[in-house]
Amino acid sequence: MASFLNSSIGKKFLMSLSGLFLITFLLVHLVVNSMILFDPSGALFNNVAHFMGTNPIIRVVEPVLAIGFILHILYACILTLKNQWVRPVGYDKQHSGNSSTWASRNMFVLGALILIFLVIHISNFFWKIKFTGSELLDNGGVNGVENVYLLVTTLFINWWWIDIVYVIGTVVLGLHLTHAFWSAFQTLGLSDNRWRKRLVIAGWVYTILVAGGFALIPLWVKISSMIN
Amino acid sequence: MDLTLKVWRQENRKAKGRFETYSLKNISPDSSFLEMLDVLNEQLVNGNNEPVVFDHDCREGICGTCSLFINGRAHGPDEDITTCQLHMRKFKDGDTIVIEPWRAGGFPVIKDLMVDRSAFDQILQAGGFISVNTGSARDGNNILIPKHKADESMDAAACIGCGACVATCKNSSAMLFLASKVSHLALLPQGRPEAVRRAKAMVAKMDELGFGSCTNTGACEVECPKGISVAHIARLNREFLIANLKP
Ligand code: HEM
Ligand code: SF4
Ligand code: FES
Repeated sequence: MASFLNSSIGKKFLMSLSGLFLITFLLVHLVVNSMILFDPSGALFNNVAHFMGTNPIIRVVEPVLAIGFILHILYACILTLKNQWVRPVGYDKQHSGNSSTWASRNMFVLGALILIFLVIHISNFFWKIKFTGSELLDNGGVNGVENVYLLVTTLFINWWWIDIVYVIGTVVLGLHLTHAFWSAFQTLGLSDNRWRKRLVIAGWVYTILVAGGFALIPLWVKISSMIN
Repeated sequence: MDLTLKVWRQENRKAKGRFETYSLKNISPDSSFLEMLDVLNEQLVNGNNEPVVFDHDCREGICGTCSLFINGRAHGPDEDITTCQLHMRKFKDGDTIVIEPWRAGGFPVIKDLMVDRSAFDQILQAGGFISVNTGSARDGNNILIPKHKADESMDAAACIGCGACVATCKNSSAMLFLASKVSHLALLPQGRPEAVRRAKAMVAKMDELGFGSCTNTGACEVECPKGISVAHIARLNREFLIANLKP
């Protein structure tokens, strides 16, 4: 087991599993957040968010998610550093553009940007809900259900540049995903010449859905507040 | 055609290398890239200078020794060929051509443009073989092999060990080379008995020799002169995972 996890393929195996776990999490996260779009009173989103925050299954998955992120980031650093280190002298001239995509060559940079966005994102919402609290959360909440809807929409309506940060964050995430989706299956050995095409297409569908969906939410909140 | 060459010169493994610039006149567009370098070397020798050291052997695209990184691409601007199959008509009169050795920690420079690829031999020695008892030759059709498997195995066996995959890969990963070797044996019944040991031993050797880790950019298959597909890397991953699941 130890020799497996120390091997180059074993480390990639962990990247892939943690990445697929994050991919699944993103989809669930999007479904929950999309409730913001369907009920402008906010009750629907607040109830679902409350359910997610208190449900025992989710309470168990939460630390697993944190471990998933940490593993993914840890191994991303280990692999990227090793990969830099094994080419002590670089090329004077290298044309990479015709043989690989930009995203596939810049997964670490994209990942680091995602991490920065993640810190902003967690301090905006999760941190306030879990730890510091906010008067917005207590405002109009019924039966112990926090008014997360008010917290989210207030932020997106009051600070237009936060909306921009969120849209940029989703674009960066989307670029990471364009390569990540197929790559994760390839790493697990679950690809061949036929399945590769299908997985790449599925990856694009997933990416457009998830990145587009997450970008839509702040824009929707901001624009509908300007219309009303 | 008239050309300017920027060529990597390096005395030996330890020395610090540098680029030298040379001018060449009246090169025929029909000559091959290596013939153009032969002309350069003749010019250097006639001027009492050290010729440029570069690897080559068969000059017909089958041995894999000719290893040059030309204008930012392994084996130069043409698709699916080795350097010896590259012709000067792919360039324009007045062009500047940058020629570098394969650059990877696993392939140290011996001199100028020649690198040491014995790491590939070591990977092969670790498990890229099948063990058979010697004796009289067996009947060729003793063991029946489905056509599609034989074809796929042959595709993998087309690898000539040139190292363009490592040279091109941003991670200097040898996964395409290793995958073609593992795949070609894993697909055949003769290769199955040693499959577990082979996958483990060859991956361990590759890691030990200082090649990077694959991130599936796919650059290797584009620059591979034999068009080996990264689908073989998926098979290698599969073989390796299964080998590690078995007790
Ligand atoms: C929600 C966020 C994220 C998701 C869904 C995600 C997903 C993935 C997936 C599925 C892969 C492919 C794994 C493979 O090829 O086997 C991957 C690769 C990668 N990720 Fe992430 N990732 C996320 C965040 C991050 C972060 C925060 C970093 C931090 C630096 C990062 C760095 C990388 C790197 C460097 C690779 C390529 C490594 C390799 O292929 O060896 N990712 N990601
Ligand atoms: S896989 Fe292709 S590029 Fe790599 S060594 Fe074999 S023939 Fe050369
Ligand atoms: S010299 Fe043999 S392949 Fe080019």
